[in-house]
Amino acid sequence: MNRINKVFKDKKNEKIMSLFITAGYPDITETVDLVLGFEHNGADIIELGIPFSDPLADGPTIQYSSNIAISKGITIQGIFNMVVDIRKESEIPIVLMGYINPILRFGLENFFTTAAKAGVDGLIVPDLPLDEGGMIEDLAHLNGIQLIYLIAPNTSDQRMQLSDQKSDGFVYCVSVTGVTGAREGSEVQQSVDKFIQRSKKSITKNPLMVGFGIKNFTDAQNISREVEGFIVGSALIETIRNTYPKDHWKEEVYTFVHQLKYGYPNT
Amino acid sequence: MSVITKTTYSEPNQKGYFGAYGGKFVPETLIPALNELEKAYKEASEDPEFEKEYLYLLREYVGRPTELSFANRLTDHYGKAKIYLKREDLCHTGAHKINNAIGQILLALRMGKKRIIAETGAGQHGVATATACAKFGVECVVYMGEEDMVRQKLNVDRMRLMGAEVRGVSSGSKTLKDATNEAIRDWVTNVEDTFYIIGSVVGPHPYPMMVRNFHRIIGDETKRQLMEMEGRLPDYLIACVGGGSNAMGIFYPFINDDVYIIGIEAGGLGVNSGQTAATLTKGRPGVLHGSMSYLLHDKEGQIELAHSISAGLDYPGIGPEHAYLHDTKRVEYRAVTDAQSLEAVSLLSRMEGIIPALETAHAFAWLEELMPTTSSDEIVVLNCSGRGDKDMETISKYL
Ligand SMILES: Cc1ncc(COP(=O)(O)O)c(C=O)c1O
Repeated sequence: MNRINKVFKDKKNEKIMSLFITAGYPDITETVDLVLGFEHNGADIIELGIPFSDPLADGPTIQYSSNIAISKGITIQGIFNMVVDIRKESEIPIVLMGYINPILRFGLENFFTTAAKAGVDGLIVPDLPLDEGGMIEDLAHLNGIQLIYLIAPNTSDQRMQLSDQKSDGFVYCVSVTGVTGAREGSEVQQSVDKFIQRSKKSITKNPLMVGFGIKNFTDAQNISREVEGFIVGSALIETIRNTYPKDHWKEEVYTFVHQLKYGYPNT
Repeated sequence: MSVITKTTYSEPNQKGYFGAYGGKFVPETLIPALNELEKAYKEASEDPEFEKEYLYLLREYVGRPTELSFANRLTDHYGKAKIYLKREDLCHTGAHKINNAIGQILLALRMGKKRIIAETGAGQHGVATATACAKFGVECVVYMGEEDMVRQKLNVDRMRLMGAEVRGVSSGSKTLKDATNEAIRDWVTNVEDTFYIIGSVVGPHPYPMMVRNFHRIIGDETKRQLMEMEGRLPDYLIACVGGGSNAMGIFYPFINDDVYIIGIEAGGLGVNSGQTAATLTKGRPGVLHGSMSYLLHDKEGQIELAHSISAGLDYPGIGPEHAYLHDTKRVEYRAVTDAQSLEAVSLLSRMEGIIPALETAHAFAWLEELMPTTSSDEIVVLNCSGRGDKDMETISKYL
């Protein structure tokens, strides 16, 4: 069974935590180690961001981490190599998240076959809505890479249903209309409740994961009350940004990760 | 030396594709907004009242039709084909951009949107949008790269004077590409009440089609005016191409005609210098700002920084329809350098008493190549897309 499906099946009684980290941030040499550390501290799924120079769905935090990774010379092949290294030690589900242009430039066929060989499980492309997804759906399917579509508070019921049909693994609920970035919990909560209720009626095939704006355990629990789990990216990257490269920066980051999942620090 | 299109041109298709180019490569959050826009635009374009108001404003406020001027001294200078200039520099605010800004603001009002955002490079589109917003009393936010705010300071002051908020963008190259990213992020965030007035034939469908249609009046007038003056179509059409709106505006009505069409890109320091904005000459297909088209990007698919002396052409992408017209060879695309465009500024200023915008000067610079190949019974029409007042600071440095 696919690693993503297995996580949702095995961990029915807890909130699934998916962590987003820009591949190559804060340094190309850190990504593999960080992913393994995240897993040990409670991460259930890893989203590895493929950096892009013009990430128009991202706020300042992920723009920043993407620029750092690009300046350090990150490449898509390098990211596949990271996945190969992670796979030597871990079976954590890995979802790549990246804008379509670098993927197209790598070559679609080459991208999917290499991804599958490396041990990638899923793919999220924030600037490839359902309307354009046809260009990769068959290739993804053929190579066993699960495509995950996003839905937003202004997505119609009909499009939600279509997203559910076309997605595998899970469907990504974008909690607010906006770009990525940590927000005040109350700001997200207000808009998200109605949206989640509506999504649950339309999304019947896949689990739901909610993301955008979550920054701590309380937010995560509140916002994901009615769904299978939650996704955190910007708040994690901010934590790295505030600690790297101080002594013991990784311990501080892992404490944050553990708190996020369990509500108390690792010991 | 002419190309005849046999079939009738009917791009884009239902999904917003010009051949392989175009589409809607945007976050899901923007899809409902694009669908709403597409529907509203379709209804508006079938509503005679909408057209009446648009044409009324273009006449009474923008000053259309703009003249088609015979450039007699420039013609004598080259001693070959007759040169006519379509005088978009005479539009209110000094460039063609206002045709589109007026069209889109009427649409925004019709859709009940309360807040307008725009991106700008040279500041001409920003000024046009700020002007339209002032005229209708609507809130206006313009995103502009910090480098462009220095290069085109006069336009920043003009926008602010008309009540627009100009937000400087400090990411990336601090130019048009980055201003566009920021405008899209604003739109994703404020999608319910905000209308994004895109300034060229770029972006996701329906923008490239809609912006072209709001500018086609340039070509429609040209055709009628030249018929009256010469009783025939031109042999050549030339326009500069940044995103490509002034060019599509004048080209589109001639696409099915026996006219040789040339688009001039900004070569920067030279197309092989690594400091260029010649997207069709040096780029390859890819996706930026919501559509598939040619763009300048490296082997990892990271967008490369464009360079041009002209802020309005300093963009690593190009409208998808130009990509299609390039591949099908219906239009020939060439590039001229910063230096060539500066020479053209002084030539036109001395010969015709018209100081062109640096963008426009790129089209004029190509006359050096084209004119010797023409004959005296031929006619060249050049789209004089804007005036050079905004560029005086840059131009002065080279005097
Ligand atoms: C006078 C003038 N011409 C041309 C352009 C380039 O835009 P486009 O290629 O969309 O006409 C600009 C852009 O600012 C401009 O101000």
